[in-house]
Amino acid sequence: MADRAVALRIAALGVALLLAALTLGSAIIVAARATSWTLGPADGAALRFTLLQAALSAGLSALLAVPVARALMRRRFLGRGVLIRLMAAPFVLPVVVAVLGLLAVFGRAGPVNGALAALGLPALSIFGLHGVVLAHVFLNLPLAVRIILMGWQAIPAERLRLAQSLGFSDRAMFRHIELPMLRAVLPGAGAVIFLLCLTSFAVALTLGGGPKSSTLELAIFQALRFDFDLGRAALLAALQFALCAAVTVATARVASPFGFGAGLDRAVLPFAPRGWRAALDAVAIAAAALLLLAPLLAVVVRGVPGLLDLPSGVWPAALRSVLVALASAALAVAAALVLALALAAVPLGRFGRGIEMVAMLPLAASGLVMGVGLFLVIHPVARPESLALPVTVLVNATLSLPYLFRLLLPQARQVVADYGRLSASLGMGARARLRWVILPRLSRPLGYGAGLAAALSMGDLGVIALFAGDQGATLPLMVQRLMGAYRMEQAAGAALLLVSLSFGVFWLFDRIGDRNADA
Amino acid sequence: MLTLDALTIRQGDFSLTADWSVAPAERVAIIGPSGGGKSTLLMTIAGFIPLTSGRLLWQGRDLVGVPPGQRPVSMLFQDQNLFPHLTVAQNLGLGLSSDLRLTSVQVDQVESALRRVGLEGMGERKPSELSGGQQGRAALARALLRARPVLLLDEPFAALGPALKAEMLDLVAEVASETGAAVLMVTHDPADARRFADKTVLVADGVAQAPQPTAALFAEPPQALRDYLGTA
Repeated sequence: MADRAVALRIAALGVALLLAALTLGSAIIVAARATSWTLGPADGAALRFTLLQAALSAGLSALLAVPVARALMRRRFLGRGVLIRLMAAPFVLPVVVAVLGLLAVFGRAGPVNGALAALGLPALSIFGLHGVVLAHVFLNLPLAVRIILMGWQAIPAERLRLAQSLGFSDRAMFRHIELPMLRAVLPGAGAVIFLLCLTSFAVALTLGGGPKSSTLELAIFQALRFDFDLGRAALLAALQFALCAAVTVATARVASPFGFGAGLDRAVLPFAPRGWRAALDAVAIAAAALLLLAPLLAVVVRGVPGLLDLPSGVWPAALRSVLVALASAALAVAAALVLALALAAVPLGRFGRGIEMVAMLPLAASGLVMGVGLFLVIHPVARPESLALPVTVLVNATLSLPYLFRLLLPQARQVVADYGRLSASLGMGARARLRWVILPRLSRPLGYGAGLAAALSMGDLGVIALFAGDQGATLPLMVQRLMGAYRMEQAAGAALLLVSLSFGVFWLFDRIGDRNADA
Repeated sequence: MLTLDALTIRQGDFSLTADWSVAPAERVAIIGPSGGGKSTLLMTIAGFIPLTSGRLLWQGRDLVGVPPGQRPVSMLFQDQNLFPHLTVAQNLGLGLSSDLRLTSVQVDQVESALRRVGLEGMGERKPSELSGGQQGRAALARALLRARPVLLLDEPFAALGPALKAEMLDLVAEVASETGAAVLMVTHDPADARRFADKTVLVADGVAQAPQPTAALFAEPPQALRDYLGTA
């Protein structure tokens, strides 16, 4: 037993060191290569734009989520369960697919601008700050809704019944029930979204651009890819790292990015006022559903004809994407399992806290900073293009690890608490435990986590853009290139393929996990 | 012979000493107030809690440092004695081969152990499809298969009603006499001790006293036992 615990600790230590090297190490390598420490005017503008769009996106997402969550919480209607489940979809939706859908709806020739023109109003541009914020709200509003719904869920049923029996008015309900809950969960939701938007790359790449609306992440990419100015890329990457680290530390106490998880279906309906408030709820639900569904629908409608006319490069790109997704899911799951099991086996000491902290590091890391770090390491010894896929696998696995770790840890603790002694008293070795106890007991979170990691990796458009040559693109990169070339129909077809594959792998892994879990 | 030689367990403020032994095939009840260390004593013998000082011997061999699975001990816990995702037969099979690679002979052994405890034909069921009493039987059947010379029971039948519990204790007695195992059983119920155990260990005030004949102990209970029983 002692040997087994030691071996597990050593493995966990190895994983933790690798994580630290990828996140902190890459930042150090990058900072060491910066040639000057003065920011040019364009760099300052990128920094300001990054902060502005992140603040707007986080604020809008969090505020708009409040009425939507309230309406979902107190109304019952057909499709409510489906809508709540759909709220989890943008998390695994490839960003470039979302952008394509938003372009179809809000773009120059889209229905929104058509309606505005019919009313004689000026057209809305989807590029620049508008577009970046719109895309971020589309991607993150559902996350905020789910976090607030969890807040509602956490209110004890007794308190709601008490409020009802005291005959609380709507105003009193808001003051004594909803507001305290929002005060507890909203800052966290906002902080998480702010952090996610700080490191957003694909949205800025497709909808931003130009000196006025470039994020730091995009500026890093352009410095490296177009100007091949390693010194400047390094400076920007160091700045990005410092920014992420500062925001993470500042919000560490409120931020909890884990707004997924089952069980958002409370049976009781504590209060559902009629009249204009019911109408308002209906509007909130309809608007959220429309914002969520219209772009997805647009991708399907536009993509179906495009599917028949896909350029020849799409299929090899799809294969590469599937392989990258599977490899990075396997890597992330294995690493997260090692960390969770090692942590579950020991009481929370310095070792445990250290592991927990390192496992959370990637949340503060930027894919592009890691990418630049790896680029600087690889560049002198090999052609970066030749290692594009392995690097993408590694970076994607790292970025999804915190989510998997959080998913697995509580259940790993439970397994150790419930069956650790029984397994030991039966003399089960490491392999027997893994095969007969751990994998079956953790089957559900493992399946869900693997699906999450695979889908995130499948849709990722970040580090691959930094490394890939003309050949060897993944599917998201292919979609982006087709968009850049204004071949919109083909882009939509490839996007439809991409989103099907993403949701497909997610569904498949989740299903495998479910099927192997019983009792 | 299982020997607890000047054994001491210390955990923070808690401490427990024991200095006695149990002969093969002997049946011993362990009784005393909750929090007194009954379970701790069993966990120490099973190898889950280290001793602070003293020795723990089986037939003269020191057990300190021997992993739980390799000790001459089978243990029934308060709960979680069966893996809920494995079938009853697989749960029993783990008693013969911890990686569940069973020979055909072993498969037959599992079958006859099931028959022995009255669970014939239930091997393919999941534990959740069994009643509480049947789950206890399955755990006992596994102990039967492991055939270790010491059987530790940490109140595994506490959740059962009196009649069912008595039935289970009789089955434990039968199983133990078939395998010749010594049994140490934690209980908070004097009736269990009287029914099942020739000797009883009283655990109170930081000491696990040497086993005494059960009947005599209850006939003239010492002060600590009177306090526990609530008799004057």
